[in-house]
Amino acid sequence: MAVKRVRFTFPENLIREPIIYRLGHEFQVITNVRMADVDEKTGWVVLELEGDPDEIERSLAWAQERGVRVDPVTGDIVEG
Amino acid sequence: MSFAKNLRCRECHREYPLEARHVCDFCFGPVEVTYDYDAIRKAVSRERIERGPASLWRYRDYLPCDAESAIDIGAGFTPLIRAKNLGKALGLNNLYIKNDTVNPTWSFKDRVVAVASSRARELGYDKLACASTGNLANSVSAHAAAAGMEAVVFIPHDLELGKVLGSSIYGPTLVKVRGNYDAVNRLCAELAGAYNWAFVNVNVRPYYSEGSKTLGFEVAEQLGWRAPDHCVVPIASGSLFVKIRKGLQELWKTGLIDEPKTRMSGAQAAGCSPVATAWQEGSMNFRPQRPNTIAKSLAIGNPADGYYSLVQLQETGGACGSVTDDEIVAGMKLLAETEGIFAETAGGVTVASLKQLAAQGRIHPDELTVAFITGAGFKTVEAVAEALNPPLEIDATMESFEAAYNARVAQGVA
Repeated sequence: MAVKRVRFTFPENLIREPIIYRLGHEFQVITNVRMADVDEKTGWVVLELEGDPDEIERSLAWAQERGVRVDPVTGDIVEG
Repeated sequence: MSFAKNLRCRECHREYPLEARHVCDFCFGPVEVTYDYDAIRKAVSRERIERGPASLWRYRDYLPCDAESAIDIGAGFTPLIRAKNLGKALGLNNLYIKNDTVNPTWSFKDRVVAVASSRARELGYDKLACASTGNLANSVSAHAAAAGMEAVVFIPHDLELGKVLGSSIYGPTLVKVRGNYDAVNRLCAELAGAYNWAFVNVNVRPYYSEGSKTLGFEVAEQLGWRAPDHCVVPIASGSLFVKIRKGLQELWKTGLIDEPKTRMSGAQAAGCSPVATAWQEGSMNFRPQRPNTIAKSLAIGNPADGYYSLVQLQETGGACGSVTDDEIVAGMKLLAETEGIFAETAGGVTVASLKQLAAQGRIHPDELTVAFITGAGFKTVEAVAEALNPPLEIDATMESFEAAYNARVAQGVA
């Protein structure tokens, strides 16, 4: 089991979609919302995902395929 | 000895010991170093600093590590130049350039890495690591070499040869990561969590970012112990932008300068402008972007200090420029042709933004303005190669020279 913290950013067209609920149902991953700010145009959620490392990666790939941007919680690691 | 007291979360103000930690366990806010300013005030004086070494270590009392055992390759105390020619071109009567291209590995990253690597060694680490597209990789590799530490440096797989060699000459373990920008970021975040190494901009980031304060200290000292009226600073992660002001405020808190009223303005490339875009929209909530600009050293689409940069723009009455790749190249040429400074693309962003903000009337012509030039142009020669006049090629005769020279003069570009 592993725990991974990520930041999801939702574009406007996904604001009304229950993405986190569906992620928790389609994959063997426990989701824990730790911080969030969502309005009518955009939104972000800091999420802890707990589960098998490969299953976590599959769930993140699934979220990205739906248009969610997935980043490290701390912002970009790669710097100039 | 250092006057650093603890790490404190910028959001919930929870305190932690001076350990390797970059976010608060409770709210994920960034942590930063706090100091005993009363003790610093008693210890420092302008004269004590002026007697110090010609490097950033002259400001040792304001840094979170012991200067006696610091890893010192001579970073900092770079020239502050009165830029009369560039000022004339832009209609600014009181313009200065802080020329940080002349650091040991030719960028301001030597400041942050000097502090991060010194603190990492104090904390018992023997490996330095980072993920970088150039400047940071060069500096980490050099500091590790000088300190006898091991360096593990991650770079995107498609980096230009010059930037790769600029790190590999120092002998690090250089790792090319295949994948797009987001994938490289996520992998490196995971590596930073999995290995007990000092990732300079991750787990020792609070110490790393303190190095940027020294630009604020130096500018104030070089202006005769006063804060500028206006600073124009390139924004990547936003840390440099925020910490220059922290430096000015610390000098005031400890009695060395009057209270700074400095307006802080930012500079971003249009192809990676999360902060400039949010500022233009009047929002404090930036949206991450996928970078697409020649200014790769500023290509941070999800800046760690983006929110704090927006707060600072608002608090100080600053503005944020956003400039195209063509404007960046023109900015690099303008700086070189007016002041004799060959800056990398980030410098082009700063000069082009300076021009933009001056034309918009956001910089007053008589404000004492300092533009921060953070890296040398030889790192990014590809950006300007196509935009420069080719050399004249002649036979070894007077006639051949004069024919070619006169033709060039006739074009008005000699």
